[in-house]
Amino acid sequence: MTGIVVKDLTFRYGPRVALQDVSMEVRERQITALIGPSGCGKSTFLRCLNRMNDTIPGARVQGGVRIDGHDIYAPGTDVVELRKRVGMVFQRPNPFPQTIFDNVAFGPRVMGTHSGGALADVVEKSLRSADLWNEVRDSLRQDALALSLGQQQRLCIARVIAVAPDVILMDEPCSALDPIGTLRIEELMRTLTERYTIVIVTHNMQQAARVSDWTGFFWLNEQRSGILAEFGETQQMFTSPRDRRTEDYITGRFG
Amino acid sequence: MPREKFEHDLQRLQDEILALGAMAERAVTESVQTLKEQDFARAHSIIEGDRNINEKRYAIENEALTLIATQQPMAGDLRTLAAILEIATELERIADYAKGIANIALMVGTESLIKPLVDIPRMASKASDMLHRSLEAFLKQDVEAARAIPKEDAEVDALYEQIYRELITYIMADPRAIDQATRLTWVAHNLERVADRVGNICERIVFSITGRGEELDNPSPR
Repeated sequence: MTGIVVKDLTFRYGPRVALQDVSMEVRERQITALIGPSGCGKSTFLRCLNRMNDTIPGARVQGGVRIDGHDIYAPGTDVVELRKRVGMVFQRPNPFPQTIFDNVAFGPRVMGTHSGGALADVVEKSLRSADLWNEVRDSLRQDALALSLGQQQRLCIARVIAVAPDVILMDEPCSALDPIGTLRIEELMRTLTERYTIVIVTHNMQQAARVSDWTGFFWLNEQRSGILAEFGETQQMFTSPRDRRTEDYITGRFG
Repeated sequence: MPREKFEHDLQRLQDEILALGAMAERAVTESVQTLKEQDFARAHSIIEGDRNINEKRYAIENEALTLIATQQPMAGDLRTLAAILEIATELERIADYAKGIANIALMVGTESLIKPLVDIPRMASKASDMLHRSLEAFLKQDVEAARAIPKEDAEVDALYEQIYRELITYIMADPRAIDQATRLTWVAHNLERVADRVGNICERIVFSITGRGEELDNPSPR
């Protein structure tokens, strides 16, 4: 079981409370979408799930994040191991300026796989899982930056998959892509749920409605801190949300 | 306020539904008057007018589908548009019943009525009153009114039952009445269906407001 249980998570940058008392249960092998206006803490929340915020000076986390029952903020947690299990895909595709092969092989090499055959295997498997293999099988030694943006993003997904994570976090993974590139990623997300738990931040509400099983709607409280205003099954959230603020936001009448 | 154009278009579509509802309501009322007064010119005009109602229904459907395709409505807006599509269909069917009654008026022709029409007009005015108030509930987004109106269907059902039994007695008393009595039963049946469809409209209104489908049966269906 690779569900994520977040309980009363409060996140501060110095004096500023960026997230206030967020509780959420992320279901295993399903897609959870996080929506809400800019600056309401969606990405901050996402980054709390693999401790990407740790490096921010003055950052403090209260409350708990449990993955598989393990508190990821417990002292002694191996953060590198955590980020291997909880991979991340960013807004702009960010391949390394290396070959396609080396991009995907990067993680496995760091983790100690060096045999040529084993690396070739994991690269092929990952590229297949990321729905990119057929397009790059004959050009694995080419520069990754020569790929289209959509292909680069799928390469980044392959790079995450190569280290065999349980959870994939996606922070607006399609915002730099054209509609076809976007649909490829959305289709891919669906097939990835056979093995992975996915949490995606998106500003595209239709995307959240199309791809996700669960939707969390973030909003700002009076102190301008991010809160989780409503969480529920996507189908319910987009047809009959319970919270007035969700209704106003998703129908385009916020404020 | 953002989405002004969308709001405007949605509002206009709701107005169109009210206009379609008014046309259907008038058709029902007039069809029974036509029968009672044996006014054939009016019967023909109801039958021809049904074409306008059908066209309006398709125009509403078209606009609703265009709004869905181009504006990606969500939540309450989406439910309202779904309700508009359903209600337009119900109204068009209601108008078809009125057209059916006008046709019956033509079939009965000039032969004298076997009985003075009292309960049939009463049924018609009850059904069209329910229709009128259901559209008011839609306009005002009044969920309580929408829940209450279908209960009145029992009254229409009771009238139907009464008319049916009465007409049977006419048939038993005089076989020459069979033809007209049967046709009058159809009229009553059409009116009974009008009230049923008002119930459907009310269910759509409740759904569009609350997001929950509720079966709004009348309490004592016979």
